[in-house]
Amino acid sequence: MSAPVKPPRNPFIAPAWIALVSVVGLVSALIGDGVFDVISWLVFTALIALVVRAWVKRTR
Amino acid sequence: MQRATIKAWFVIHKWTSLVCTLFLLLLCLTGLPLVFAEEIAHLSEPEVATTAADATPRDLDAQVSTALAQYPDDVPLFVGWDPDAPTVYVNTGARADTPPPQMHTALLHATTGEVLPAAQFNEGVMYFLYRLHTDLFLGLPGMLFMGAMGLLFAVAIISGLVLYGPFMRKQRFGTLRTGRNRRLAWLDLHNVLGIVTLGWALVVGITGAINTIAKPLEQAWQSEQLGEFAARYAGQPRPATLASLQAAVDTARAAEPGMRPAFVSFPGTGYSGDHHYGVFMQGNTALTERLYRPVLIDAKTGELTAQPQLPTYMSVLLLSQPLHFGDYGKLPLKVLWALLDLLTIVVLISGLYLWVKRGSTEARVTEIERAAKTGGAA
Repeated sequence: MSAPVKPPRNPFIAPAWIALVSVVGLVSALIGDGVFDVISWLVFTALIALVVRAWVKRTR
Repeated sequence: MQRATIKAWFVIHKWTSLVCTLFLLLLCLTGLPLVFAEEIAHLSEPEVATTAADATPRDLDAQVSTALAQYPDDVPLFVGWDPDAPTVYVNTGARADTPPPQMHTALLHATTGEVLPAAQFNEGVMYFLYRLHTDLFLGLPGMLFMGAMGLLFAVAIISGLVLYGPFMRKQRFGTLRTGRNRRLAWLDLHNVLGIVTLGWALVVGITGAINTIAKPLEQAWQSEQLGEFAARYAGQPRPATLASLQAAVDTARAAEPGMRPAFVSFPGTGYSGDHHYGVFMQGNTALTERLYRPVLIDAKTGELTAQPQLPTYMSVLLLSQPLHFGDYGKLPLKVLWALLDLLTIVVLISGLYLWVKRGSTEARVTEIERAAKTGGAA
């Protein structure tokens, strides 16, 4: 019996999450100060961290 | 995805990107310092003596008189408050409908009335960058053109997202292959940065396009909502002698006790008709300080005329401004905004590089098909 074929992950899952999180980051600082600002900062820092991670893990 | 579908999206992505890329590069480069416009302006402003919290502000009519003494041939247009400093600014101009580039600005201490050095609208590097960014020095046609570029950018982002799917079907998110060939490295970089900045760039692009129609929207609001109040004054000339500005602001404060005045428009400036002071009140939260509530005060009698709700399209316009400027989450958000702007510049440059090294459309479509089937590209 052969192993079940793992279906490929939907390539749009990551963009959907990124878009959703970006909206949270964009709106958060707009609706309040303090913790709401911090949420925005964390969201956009995380997005930039994704780029850094991709660069660090690049294949040469 | 069928080959014909991939080809259609590829052509859409290619042409929408190509048409707007150079203008987007200009917008991103000029937008970078504009993100920090407030901080840069503060560098050149004098240290303003702080005042006690309970210090009595100087009478606003006296402030306007002091400003007009600086510009004796002008009429007052706007008076506003700096939320971060004890200062009041007064904009004046030769006529009531003087456009911003021709206005003068007087900056006054809020309690002492001391005249402070004030940056003018139409001078300095920041003004040059601002005009390049907003209208290419072409006025409304330039603004609308830049708005169209913003919409093309949004279409380019969406079509790029559609093409990202087949490209990445066999790849892990964030794949960056720099060792195989230069074109593949740039393609992967374009994909990674494009997807990471996707939501931010889409919102900044669309809100930028909305901001380019600010003038027509304000005119529509003027003629629709304010026209309703102006109709009561049909046939009457603009009042030659104005009621006390201070009394008008006091009346507005009493009418909207939970809010503070952000700025006041004088009659004829286009913000409150020909017969009213428009006292634009703002709330105290990050959201409500953007959504002004105009209080119309009869400029002849000083009586309260109306407190109209802003129409939805004006609220959308006002909310789109912070979402475009990134000036609503303090300095850390501005820094992150600038970094995302820089990443977008790399997306644009990598897109240009890929176009230069493009080969035929058929070859590119084949490349996308191959990537979807095997994960290989280029």
